Amino acid sequence: MLGLLWLIPAIPFASALALAVLRFPRKVVAWIAVSSIAASSIISLLVTFSFLHAPPAGNAYTEVLWTWMRVGDFRPEIAFYLDPLSLIMVVVVAFVSFLIHLYSTEFMAGDDGYSRFFAYMNLFVASMLTLLLANNLLLLYLGWEGVGLCSYLLIGFWYRDPENGLAGRKAFIVTRVGDTAMLIGLFLLFHDLGTLNIQELMQRAPQHWHLGAGAAVAAGLLLLGGAVGKSAQLPLQTWLPDAMAGPTPVSALIHAATMVTAGVYLIARTHVLYSLAPPAQFAVAVVGAATLLIAGFSALTQWDLKRVLAYSTISQIGYMFLALGVGAWPAAILHFMTHAFFKALLFLAAGVVIQALHEEHNIFRMGGLRKKLPVAFWTFLIAGCSLAGLPLITAGAFSKDWILWGAASAANGSMGFWIVALIGILLTSLYTFRMIFLVFFGEMHSEVTKKPGMAMLIPCIVLAFLSIAGGYVKTPFAHFLETALPWNAAAAGAVHISEIGSETVAGLVFLLGLVLAYVLFLRSRSYAASLTDNAAGAALHRFWFSDWGMDWLYDRLLVRPYAWAARIDKGDLIDGFYSGIAELNVLAWRVLGLTESGRLRWYAAGIAAGSIIYIAVVLFL
Amino acid sequence: MTEVPLAYGLILGGILFALGLAGLLMRRNLLFILISIEIMLNGAGVAFVAAGSRWGQPDGQIMFLFILAAAAAEVSVGLALLLRFYRQRHTLDANRANEMRG
Repeated sequence: MLGLLWLIPAIPFASALALAVLRFPRKVVAWIAVSSIAASSIISLLVTFSFLHAPPAGNAYTEVLWTWMRVGDFRPEIAFYLDPLSLIMVVVVAFVSFLIHLYSTEFMAGDDGYSRFFAYMNLFVASMLTLLLANNLLLLYLGWEGVGLCSYLLIGFWYRDPENGLAGRKAFIVTRVGDTAMLIGLFLLFHDLGTLNIQELMQRAPQHWHLGAGAAVAAGLLLLGGAVGKSAQLPLQTWLPDAMAGPTPVSALIHAATMVTAGVYLIARTHVLYSLAPPAQFAVAVVGAATLLIAGFSALTQWDLKRVLAYSTISQIGYMFLALGVGAWPAAILHFMTHAFFKALLFLAAGVVIQALHEEHNIFRMGGLRKKLPVAFWTFLIAGCSLAGLPLITAGAFSKDWILWGAASAANGSMGFWIVALIGILLTSLYTFRMIFLVFFGEMHSEVTKKPGMAMLIPCIVLAFLSIAGGYVKTPFAHFLETALPWNAAAAGAVHISEIGSETVAGLVFLLGLVLAYVLFLRSRSYAASLTDNAAGAALHRFWFSDWGMDWLYDRLLVRPYAWAARIDKGDLIDGFYSGIAELNVLAWRVLGLTESGRLRWYAAGIAAGSIIYIAVVLFL
Repeated sequence: MTEVPLAYGLILGGILFALGLAGLLMRRNLLFILISIEIMLNGAGVAFVAAGSRWGQPDGQIMFLFILAAAAAEVSVGLALLLRFYRQRHTLDANRANEMRG
């Protein structure tokens, strides 16, 4: 059964190729696209069963397909590596992607680029699966770039509006900044350790580098750069809110299953390296903690439903980074899984709402949709509770409480991180219920024009089930991950809080957020208005709304100077040289054009003179 | 039979070639241009034959046969073009065929 592993990325890739090259009727397109991902998820389940039933030696399985290239000692293979970590990621990615594809068949039904859309989506999933299964960092990088390319194509999918194209370009360029750092990191790893095979790297790194060695720290920080770009963490998070320009299922796919979790996976995959480089790991935790706060505050002020969700994604990925940084590795992966379920669901339900209100994105113009769109309401509520962490019941609470506990008790944890994570929970609960109250409660502001069909509702219901049930697997999950990704606990006595205590506090904070949201956004909206009425409040609102002025800052700091330099540098020496060549050619054309008089005898005379000169040169020189 | 010195043959060929070239460059009538080309070809042929006889080899005469064949082909195509040209413009002036200039 494990031998089928290569089919998991291969089938979506083949289907993407078929959809891109051939033309099919719409029904067939939908069938090919959905069934390819369905086949992938079924195979991933089969592989899981066989993996659980008869674990391979060393609890990991490698399938080498062929040698990619051979340059001296450098021999990357096209090979897939399956261990508990990649297994979990692959199953979740394939399954969630399948549900999103199913949903898209109806959501995109009226669109012109139906086939193009599904070709991109399939390629997206195929790249992500390659990234997850790669046994060496080069193949991982291939998947990594494939994911980046598809995100560019899909964010700018409705390319007729230049805004969307700009958003796609921004996503591509900003993530590229991170990718470049990652590439340099790969060079460094290869230079020092002589291989890019991940398992060999993880074996050689501790032999080569002592704890805290400079090269290890540098490699860790460079890989972190790549992860920060792809996962939209501080300071490269600015592309993600703009990525909402794409169709809603794309947002669901980018945020839940593919792309943004790639950075989390990369760091988890190379966790041995980070254990060797405490400063790099600490940087991961700090990036995560800072991002989760900043994005949480930004989410509070947005009026676009999808942008709220975008900032909440950034914030939740921040949680995962925090967990990775403090050494609570399995907690990050559990949160990845539950986040994939509830965030996909939030986007899909939001898509139902947006389509029902005729492309209305503004949450202040929604309201009272509880009765009109019951399925969307209940599933959104479940996912929202899971996101905010309704204790004991929802999946999100299990994973987030685990991270919170890790922030205090894991090897690099501290009470500072714990408090930041706790504030994050308050913010999450606040903005989540703000969204729910504004969209589904209160008075109706817009008419419902379109009711969702079965293909859109079934994925929502399945994901709603998973958003609740996904957390109950925490204990077997941790046990399963143990060989691949152990929990780094702190020394006994260094922890000042018990796990139960931490969870109780988290539950209370969640309730506080819920009540605050109820008071501010449902009971008496005037309170919320009065907060932004005074100058300081308004300025703060503006500041948070613009993502802490990051876009403004980058525009001033990077984009404008660059554009300015490009503009003034138009006529410099090098440009002058090249335009000189062009002008020289034009001149030569003019002169030689004169000889083409069209007179036959002139040509004959030319030939004769040329021959005479040639013979003279041969004879006398 | 006394042998004709090589130089004579080559000089005759050279004169023929120069005459032909001069005619080609000076004449405007296409018919005369064709004739001049024939003279040039024959000049080259004389040079081949003379050289062949100097070395006692048949190659020179064989080359001349090839030149004859090429000249026959050239004349047939050339005359056909010339006829078309005359039908179109009622003149044989080569300078009138200058539409294809750079």
